[in-house]
Formats: sequence, C-alpha cells, structure tokens
Amino acid sequence: MERADTSAGRGMNIGLYLRTHLREYGLLFALIAIMVFFQVVTGGTLLKPVNITNLFLQNSYIIIMALGMLVVIVSGNIDLSVGSVMGFIGALAAVMIVNWHWPVGLAVPACLGVGILIGAAQGYWVAYWKIPSFIVTLAGMLVFRGMSLWLLEGQSVGPFPKSFQLLSTGFIPDILGIDRPNGTALIAGLLTAGLILWMGLRARAHNRRYGIETEPTAFFALRNAIVAGALLFVFYKLATFRGLPNVLISMAVLTVIYAFLTENTTLGRRIYALGGNEKAAKLSGIKTERLTFLAFVNMGLLAALAGLIFAARLNTATPKAGFAVELDVIAAVFIGGASMSGGVGKIVGAVVGAFIMGVMNNGMSIMGIGIDYQQVIKGLVLLAAVFFDVYNKSKQA
Amino acid sequence: MTTLLEMRSITKTFPGVKALDTVNLTVREGEIHALVGENGAGKSTLMKVLSGVYPAGSYEGEIHYDGALAEFHDISNSEARGIIIIHQELALVPLLSIAENLFLGNERARGGVIDWRETNRRTGELLAKVGLREAPSTLVDKLGVGKQQLVEIAKALSKEVRLLILDEPTAALSEADSQALLDLMLELKKQGVTQIIISHKLNEVRRVADTVTVLRDGTTVSTMDARTEDVTEGRIVRDMVGRDMAHRYPARDRRAGDVLMEVQDWNVWHPEHAGRQVIENVNLTVRAGEVVGIAGLMGAGRTELAMSLFGKSYGRNISGRVLMHGRPVDTGTVSRAIGAGLAYVTEDRKSLGLVLEETVQRNVTLANLPAVSKSGVINEAVETQVAEKYRDAMNIRTPSVFQKVMNLSGGNQQKVVLSKWLFAEPEVLILDEPTRGIDVGAKFEIYGIINDLSAQGKGVIMISSEMPELLGMCDRIYVMNEGALVGELTAGEASQERIMSLIVTE
Ligand SMILES: Nc1ncnc2c1ncn2[C@@H]1O[C@H](COP(=O)(O)OP(=O)(O)OP(=O)(O)O)[C@@H](O)[C@H]1O
Ligand SMILES: [Mg+2]
Repeated sequence: MERADTSAGRGMNIGLYLRTHLREYGLLFALIAIMVFFQVVTGGTLLKPVNITNLFLQNSYIIIMALGMLVVIVSGNIDLSVGSVMGFIGALAAVMIVNWHWPVGLAVPACLGVGILIGAAQGYWVAYWKIPSFIVTLAGMLVFRGMSLWLLEGQSVGPFPKSFQLLSTGFIPDILGIDRPNGTALIAGLLTAGLILWMGLRARAHNRRYGIETEPTAFFALRNAIVAGALLFVFYKLATFRGLPNVLISMAVLTVIYAFLTENTTLGRRIYALGGNEKAAKLSGIKTERLTFLAFVNMGLLAALAGLIFAARLNTATPKAGFAVELDVIAAVFIGGASMSGGVGKIVGAVVGAFIMGVMNNGMSIMGIGIDYQQVIKGLVLLAAVFFDVYNKSKQA
Repeated sequence: MTTLLEMRSITKTFPGVKALDTVNLTVREGEIHALVGENGAGKSTLMKVLSGVYPAGSYEGEIHYDGALAEFHDISNSEARGIIIIHQELALVPLLSIAENLFLGNERARGGVIDWRETNRRTGELLAKVGLREAPSTLVDKLGVGKQQLVEIAKALSKEVRLLILDEPTAALSEADSQALLDLMLELKKQGVTQIIISHKLNEVRRVADTVTVLRDGTTVSTMDARTEDVTEGRIVRDMVGRDMAHRYPARDRRAGDVLMEVQDWNVWHPEHAGRQVIENVNLTVRAGEVVGIAGLMGAGRTELAMSLFGKSYGRNISGRVLMHGRPVDTGTVSRAIGAGLAYVTEDRKSLGLVLEETVQRNVTLANLPAVSKSGVINEAVETQVAEKYRDAMNIRTPSVFQKVMNLSGGNQQKVVLSKWLFAEPEVLILDEPTRGIDVGAKFEIYGIINDLSAQGKGVIMISSEMPELLGMCDRIYVMNEGALVGELTAGEASQERIMSLIVTE
C-alpha cells in the first residue's frame, strides 16, 4: 500500500473530489435545476416575490418536521405519526382557543407540552421496550388521526384570533422604515450571506491547518457564489413584497440550532453512533435508550409546532389537516441523503430535500398539473434520489 | 506440477490508497499456498480481485487461470470456474439451518420446490467430509465460530471447488478447532483441491503451506518454496516487516503494586435460559501494574465474565461485588463502569466495537467525548489531534483519520478499537482477544502498549486463546472452565501443559 496521505490532504484532484462528494453537490444542483426548470415552464411565476413568500409559508411546517425526522432517522428509527400528531395538535389548539376561549399565550405552550408528551409516549415503547418504531408510530398515526376526529367531532373549527394567526402569516416590520423594499429583509440577507461565507472560510482555514482534505478552491468559490447569490436574490425578492415572514425566521433559527446540535455537540455525535451501530455505541458507554427516547420527544415537540403553524395559516382546524404529510417529511429526509439503516444524514440535506419537494409541489400546482400526476412525479423523484445514493455507494467500492 | 493460477502485475487503487502495486502471484495445481503480510498489506484485496468481488476492469493487470486469461465480473463468474472464497468475516445466515445455508442460492429443488430428503442427505455427506457432527437442521446461530467455519468449508465443497481461498480462517478459532481445520486442509489437498490461505499465525503457515508468498505495502516481497528450502518463521517475519525481530514479546520489569481491582463472588445467569448459570462464583484480583491472563477453551465463559463485569452488558441476575482500590463501585451500566475506571476491548470488533460507517477519528473518541469537548460542544481540532496521535502511536494504516473505518483492513480496524479504549484512560483494561487478526509486527507494538500501561500502574486483564501469548505477557494466569475459575498460576509456574491439565482435570 502506498501512503497517499499527503496527496489526499492537499493536491487532491478535482475529479476525485467530485466523485467522493457527488452527493452533496448533486443535491444543491438538483434544487437549482428544479427551480430553473419551473421558473421557465411557469413563465417566471415561480420566483415572483409573492410566490417565493408563499413557498416559505407553504413549506415551513414540512421543513420544521424534517428537522426532527432527520434526527429520528439518523438514530435508526422512523416516525409515521407526525402527520396525525400535527393534525391533532392543530385541532387541540382550535378547541382550546375557539371553544374554550383560552388565551393564545396559554394554549400555545400547552399544545407544545402535549406534543412533548406524545413524543415521550411513543419514544417510551421504542426505547425501553424495543418495539420497532415503525409499529409504534403506525399505531400512533391511527390513534391521533382518530383523536383529532373525536376532538373536532368531524367539523372544522375556527377562525382563530389575530394574535394566533401571526404565528404563520405575520411579517417582521422594517427597522429602517423604508418598507418597500423592506430594509430588515435586505440587511438580514446580507448578514446571512456574509455569515455563511465567513463560516465556510473559517472551516477551510481550520481544515488546511490540520491537513484535512479541503474542497478545491474553484469549487469552494463557485459553491459559495451560488449560495450567496441565491440567498441575496431570495431576500431581495422577499423585501420587495412584504418582507420576512415570521415563520421564515423560526425555520431558519431552528435549522441553525439543529445543524449545530447534530454536527458539533456530543449529543449529536452520539445519536449518529447509535444509528450507525447500536451495540457498539452502547458498549462505548452511550445511553442508547435515553437518546432514542429523546429523539422521539423532540419529534413530538416539532410536530406540535408544525401543527400550530399549519392551523394558523389555514386559520381553521380540520379533521383532514396533516393527512399523509408524514410521507412528504420522510421523503424530504431521504432525498436529503439520509440512510434508512441509520447513522447517516445531515440537517442541511433534509432542509434542501424539503425545498426540493416544496418547489415541485408549488411549481406543478402553478402549472395546473393534477394531484394525480403530482404524486407520481414526487414518487419517482424520491426513488431517483435514493437510487443515486445506492449507485454512488456501489461505485465507491 | 502445473500452474493453476497466475496473477500478473495486479494494481488496485482506492480513493487515496494504492492497495496493490504490480503484485504477482503464482499458484500451482494441488498445493497449499500461504499469503502472509502485515495488516493492510493487501492480502484480502488481492483475493477479492481474484474472486471477482472487485470486477475485471476495476484493477490493472491480468489473471491467468487454468491456462487462459480470466475476467471475472462478479463472484458467480469465479465460482463457476471453481474458485471459492471464504471471507475474513463469515457470511452465513444465522437464523437458517446448516442445510439451508449450505445450499443457499443453489437449492436442491425440483420445479422450485425444495427436495428436503436430497438436501439433508447431501448435507450429511458434506458434514461428514469436514468432520462436523451436527444435525443438518441445526440453526447456524447455535454453532460456535469454529463450527461455522467448517460449515463455510462444507458449503465450498458443495460447489465443485478447485481453488479454495481461506482468509484468516483460524483467527477466531480455538487451538483445537484450528488444528482440526488445518488437518482438513491437508485432507482436501490430498483430494486435489488447491488452496490459498491467509494467516497471521506463522506456525500454522509452516505446518500446512507448500509455498509462502509475502506481501508488503501492496507489493510482492518474496515467494518461498517449503519443499526446496527451509522456510523459518524468522525468515517470513523478516520479509513481512522488513527487519529482523529477535523477540516476540517486549521485555518488561514486572512490578505489581497494591490491589487495584477485586471481583468477589461474581455470579451470572444466562440472559435467555433462566435456569442456566454461566459464571459461577468468580473471585479475582488485579494489582496495579499487573497483567493478568484468563486462559480457557472457547465457550469457557471468559467473554461472558468480562462483559458482565463491564456494565452488566451480558447476562442477568448478576450478583457479586466489584471493588476498585478497596472500595465497592457500581458497574451497573457501561457509563458507570467506564466512570469506575474499566474499559473492555471486545473480541467482536465489527458488531460490538466499531461504527463502521464513521471515520477513524470519530471511532477513536467515541467512548470519551467529554475529553474533546467543552460543555457538550465538540472541538474538532482537538479531536483530530487526538486521532492523529493514536494513528501514529498505533501505526494505524489509513490515508487519513477521516477515512471510514469500513475501508480499513481487519487488523487496522482492531487498532482503532484499541485506540478508542486507550483514549478512555481506564485504570483496568480488559482485553478480549486483543491480537486477533493482527500481524506479528503489530502484535509486538500492542504488547509494548500493554507494557506501557502496566508501567503506568494500570491493571490489564487479558483474555486470549493463544496460550503462547498469555505465557509471554502475563504475570499471573487464571484458568477458566465452564464458567468457573479452576486454577491460578504465576508466570513462573505457568506452562501450556499445566494450563491444559487444569482444564481437563475439572
Ligand atoms: N474499500 C476500500 N476503500 C478504501 N481503502 C481500502 C478499501 N479496502 C481496502 N482498502 C485499503 O487497502 C489496503 C489493503 O487492505 P487489505 O484489506 O487487503 O489488507 P490485508 O492485507 O487483508 O490486512 P489484514 O491482515 O489486516 O486483514 C488497506 O490499507 C486498506 O485500508
Ligand atoms: Mg485481510
């Protein structure tokens, strides 16, 4: 064997680098390609300010749940109940606020608390009784669907007071007082782009220092130019409409928090180890049961949050809310590169995966494609993405 | 004798690693050919090239087999030509019976319906051939590794084998099982089956091999013919590591201090069969700076003892006390056991020791993440330094610490597991078959590390099926049989014969 450490560290050739990191770039370029495609076929409607705003509003709850689902899937489990839980919490909020006249400030934390309890209840069976998560959450899916029907007595309940609707439909006011374009959005866009660039440069310097393989410079520049350009573009468009939606902020903050938790903390590291090899993780002193339990508790919390946001957006709770949403969430995570067997996957991947699904939904609706074809196409995209993964892996051997 | 196989200038590269560099290998019809070399030298890779695991086109060079150029695109191609490989990691389906495993993918069937009569009859014949006395309907799950190995060979025999490749077949076997396997190899040779064996146990190589080829760093260093020249272990070792090795065990001054760890009245019951006691009334002590061996046959309960001590990871209704520095400690969960100063290096690195999908770095730090983090946030720079330190100290061969452990050779994976537990800085380190699948040079390094630990005043418990290793390293040896300690010998008293007689007289 030739020790190729030096060559692997620095002058790694671009072809080889691309081959080993195909997946990450593939995902980003797939998103861009899909956006360009729909931008063209919808005659420019996709990227209109109002539609971009809509895109975020429509997909926020999927993205928020994808964060939790990624953690669950990385830990080697799955949660089929999130759609039902989301619907149930929406129904609960409606009953509390509309029927019982609870103040919003009380109902919201109560609903989040119930979400945590639901997650704990399901996690308990999975973690401590070793019942496969597929079965526990399949049961949960039925139970909570039934419970929302029962709560709402088969009716829609609404509307909500204004303060509750703000959860989803509110916008951050302009701090500069220009209003159109919205100054807050412009500043936030610049800051975000700058921050991403700065963090990228810092990571790169660190890798250089320790001889870790770094992205070829051209790639780094190109990738960051695209990401920064796209961000500035999106924020500018948002600024020319009504500014930053509240949900965009919660979504972005949550994404950053979860990316940090999974990638930089011991907690995150242990979850990956648990999903990668539970027995080895256990013998390394990792409390595997507790981690599994927590993954579900967290999922319950995020599903509840998603339920509140969804109800606020529709301004009513219906028994059908959240129906089959778990499938979109799970698909987003797998499109984002997570592995069914656990231990593999990234938050950013799941978020991009959710956007890919979201843009396709939105674009196809604008084009007037029927729901029947939409389902077929989404299914095929999921299959293609996972095929790409598997194919890639077999090539690397 | 005619040449059966010739591999010419084989070169195989993985991203960042040149695993084989113009390797040549010539195997004659009817011989047993041993392939030896350090961990990561490329032995397993060469055999995977030969058997089509790495298909034609994914490597450079030519394979000439049975007089013609051969291009295998997958395993079924090579199997059709009589080349059967038994991999380093056994590949049987645990919950199927012996008979089902033997004919998996090759079922005795008529019109898609399995002919059980014929299946069982053939299984019986094959089992007799390999000398395994088990019913064809026995689940593979219930067999020890030694017997599973025999099932693998029987499976090979069911397929009209001409060239049988065994990748470290005895690594996980007891002395007696190993001997039986080697006898079987010689028997197969008489029947005309050509064989290639990869092994780190040079005494076995000497016993069976007609020809020995040594690989080093992905190239062929030498080929020796045992029929015309005297192939000594010393010569093989020199070619393997590139220098003379006078001693197999590094010197150490034996200086046992105070009692560090004490186990009192340890009893363990089987996790599934409630009535079966697996460990009976074990009492043992480890002093500071002492290396204590536990000898015994396969199935004597050594691993079960170690795992039950380490966070009750095995068994139930466990009773007894563990004392560290004379004070009782709680070892009820793995993290508490680690906290009490214990570490356990498993014998089963793939399923219990490593997260294969993760990098070398992440595996090394897994058992001691707090040491590379501050308030729960990992400092990757520090973590990389730690991993690099162990990569150097243990001489782990990998293009970088960011390589997935999955892509390391077997022996180097073992070093990663060891590194993980050294980094956890235990007071007493329990090593379960620590040198399984490790080359002579690396064994010497690991013995050196054990000696360093003992010089620092740590205690080491060493479980090993290689008696010479126990005799060479330990200050004291407990002999275990059927779940109980049946004797205790000091380094001066211990010998292979005395250990065996203690086991037998029980
Ligand atoms: N799939 C892979 N990807 C990357 N590198 C690999 C892969 N498989 C093997 N290697 C590398 O190729 C080299 C040779 O590995 P190989 O498994 O052939 O060693 P070996 O001689 O069988 O060692 P051991 O005695 O430890 O089993 C090692 O450095 C290993 O890290
Ligand atoms: Mg090998």
